[in-house]
Amino acid sequence: MTTAARKLGSESCPSPDTEPLDVEKIRADFPILHQQIHGKPLVYLDNAATSQKPRAVIEAITRYYESSNANIHRGVHFLSEHATEEHEEARRTVQRFLNARSANEIVFVRGTTEAINLVTQTYGRAHVGAGDEVLITGMEHHSDIVPWQLLCNEKGAKLRAAPIDDNGALLLEEFARLLNPRTKIVAVTHVSNALGTINPVRKIVELAHQHGVPVLVDGAQAVPHIRVDVQALDCDFYAFSGHKIYGPTGIGVLYGKASHLNAMPPYQGGGDMIASVTFEKSTYNKVPYKFEAGTPDIAGAIGLGAALRYVESIGLDRIAAHEHDLLEYATQAISPIPGLRIVGTAKEKAGVLSFVFDTVHPHDIGTILDQEGIAIRTGHHCSQPVMQRFDIPATARASFALYNTREEVDALVRGIEKVREVFA
Amino acid sequence: MSDLRDLYQEQILEHSKAPRNFRELGTANHQAEGNNPLCGDRFTVYLQMDGDAIRDISFQGAGCAISKASASMMTQALKGKTRAEAEQIFERFHKLVTGKGANGEEEELGKLAVFSGVSEYPARVKCATLAWHTLEAAFEGQPEAVLPDED
Repeated sequence: MTTAARKLGSESCPSPDTEPLDVEKIRADFPILHQQIHGKPLVYLDNAATSQKPRAVIEAITRYYESSNANIHRGVHFLSEHATEEHEEARRTVQRFLNARSANEIVFVRGTTEAINLVTQTYGRAHVGAGDEVLITGMEHHSDIVPWQLLCNEKGAKLRAAPIDDNGALLLEEFARLLNPRTKIVAVTHVSNALGTINPVRKIVELAHQHGVPVLVDGAQAVPHIRVDVQALDCDFYAFSGHKIYGPTGIGVLYGKASHLNAMPPYQGGGDMIASVTFEKSTYNKVPYKFEAGTPDIAGAIGLGAALRYVESIGLDRIAAHEHDLLEYATQAISPIPGLRIVGTAKEKAGVLSFVFDTVHPHDIGTILDQEGIAIRTGHHCSQPVMQRFDIPATARASFALYNTREEVDALVRGIEKVREVFA
Repeated sequence: MSDLRDLYQEQILEHSKAPRNFRELGTANHQAEGNNPLCGDRFTVYLQMDGDAIRDISFQGAGCAISKASASMMTQALKGKTRAEAEQIFERFHKLVTGKGANGEEEELGKLAVFSGVSEYPARVKCATLAWHTLEAAFEGQPEAVLPDED
C-alpha cells in the first residue's frame, strides 16, 4: 500500500473507490471515539440517531468563528464577503454531493424535519385541497407523517400510507394501486430509520410521475450510507440533515427542482428573503434565498460542507461496502442467539439492525449495554406506525457508521449475552 | 461503575416476569392510563375505592422490567391503604428513586426499597414512577397521567 493510499481519512487525498477502508485511520479522525464509558471503551452504535464528527468538521467550525465570522449577503466589508463566499461554497458542495443541476436548488434549513415542513407549508398548501390525497408509506418517520397530517387536517385532504410486508419492504404494487387522480404529492423515506429498508425510490418516482405526481424523498438515513444522485432519481424534493452525515446539528438541506422552487410561495418572512419591502407590498428574493429568511446557521452550513467533503474524500461506495460488510457480519452474529428476532429483514438494507430479544424490554437491553460502554437506541424510533405494524412496543437498534468495526459488533454480541445473564 | 445487580435486583426481575394483580379489575370505580412516549411504556391502573380506602387495585399493560415490577409491587403495597397513605408512600418512593431522600425511606418503604438502585440510573427514574403517576391520575379522576418533565 502506498503512503497516499494509507491517508484515507485526510481531505486532501481521495483514494480509489475499490480499496477497503482503513478503519483505524478513520477512527483517528473522530476525537470522541477514544474514551471510556463506565470503564469500557466506547462502542458507538447509535449513528442513525446522530453521527459523531470528524476533526475536519470541528476545525472548520472553529476556524470560521476564529477568523471569518460576519453576517452574510449584506456587508461590503472583507469579513462579510469572505463569510458569504464560504457559505455559498458550502451550498456548491451540497450541489455537487447530490448532483443537483444548480446550487440554486439547494435550500439550507435546520434539518430534515424543517425541510419537510417547508414543502408542506408552501408547495403543499398551494396544491393540496379538500378531497385530495397525500401518499406516504407505512415506514415513515414521524417527521414525514405529522407535517402531512397537519396539512391534510387543514385542507380536508386525506393522508394515505402504502403498506409494508413482514420483512419491512414496501409493497410496491399496493403503492401503485394507491396512486390516483386525487393524489397531489408522494412523500417517501429513502432508507427507513427503524428497519433499515432501502426503498426503490427511482421506481417510486417513475410510478408517481406517470400520474403527474411529484415526490419528496426523506433522505436523512440515506445520504450517509448510499450514493444519492437527485437527477438520476428524478425526485422533485430531497431532504436531509447535516448531523447524521458527520456534520453539525441545526443544519440541513432541502433540494427542490428549480421549476418547483421558483413557483412556490415563500416559507417564512423576514430579512434576506426579500427583494424590496414597502408597507403595502414586498417582492421576494430569487431562489434559494426566498426560502432562507433571517440570518442562517452560517457556521453550520460551513461545517456541513466540511462533512460532505470528508465523506467525498473517503468515497461513498467504499463507505457503503464497509457498512454492508458490518451489517452482514452483525446479522450473522446475532441471528443465532436464542430468543433474538431481527425486525426489518428486507433484501435491500442499509446500516440498521433493529431487534427484540425474548421478553426483555428494549429499554432494559439499552441500560445493560450502556454499562458495557455500548450506545444503542431503544424505543419506537419516532416510527410508532412501524411498531404497530410489527405489533411490538419498541425495538433495540444498533446502527452503523464508517468508523465502526467488526470488533464492536463482537462487543455487541457479548453485551446481548450479558442481557441474558441478568434476565436468566 | 454501578453494578447492574443493584438495579436489577432479584425481586424486581421476579415481579417483571410474573407481575402480581396483572389484570383488568371488573369492580374498578377509578382507572387511568399512563404512557411514557419516550420508550413506549403504557399501563392502565385500576382502583376500587371504598370511600377513602383502596379496596382493590390492579394494572395491565406493557413496559420494561423496572416499570412493570414497580407497578406490580405498588399494587401489593397499596391494597387496603387509604389514599393519603398511598400518596405518602409514593412521596417516599419518589425520594428513594431520585436519590433525594434522607435515608430513612428504605426502612419505611419495606419491600419497595429494592428500587433504591434506580437512583444511580437517572434515565430509568421515569420507568420506576410511571405506574405511580398513573395511580395519582386515577385518584384525581383523570383518564391519562401527565408525566412531569423532571422526575
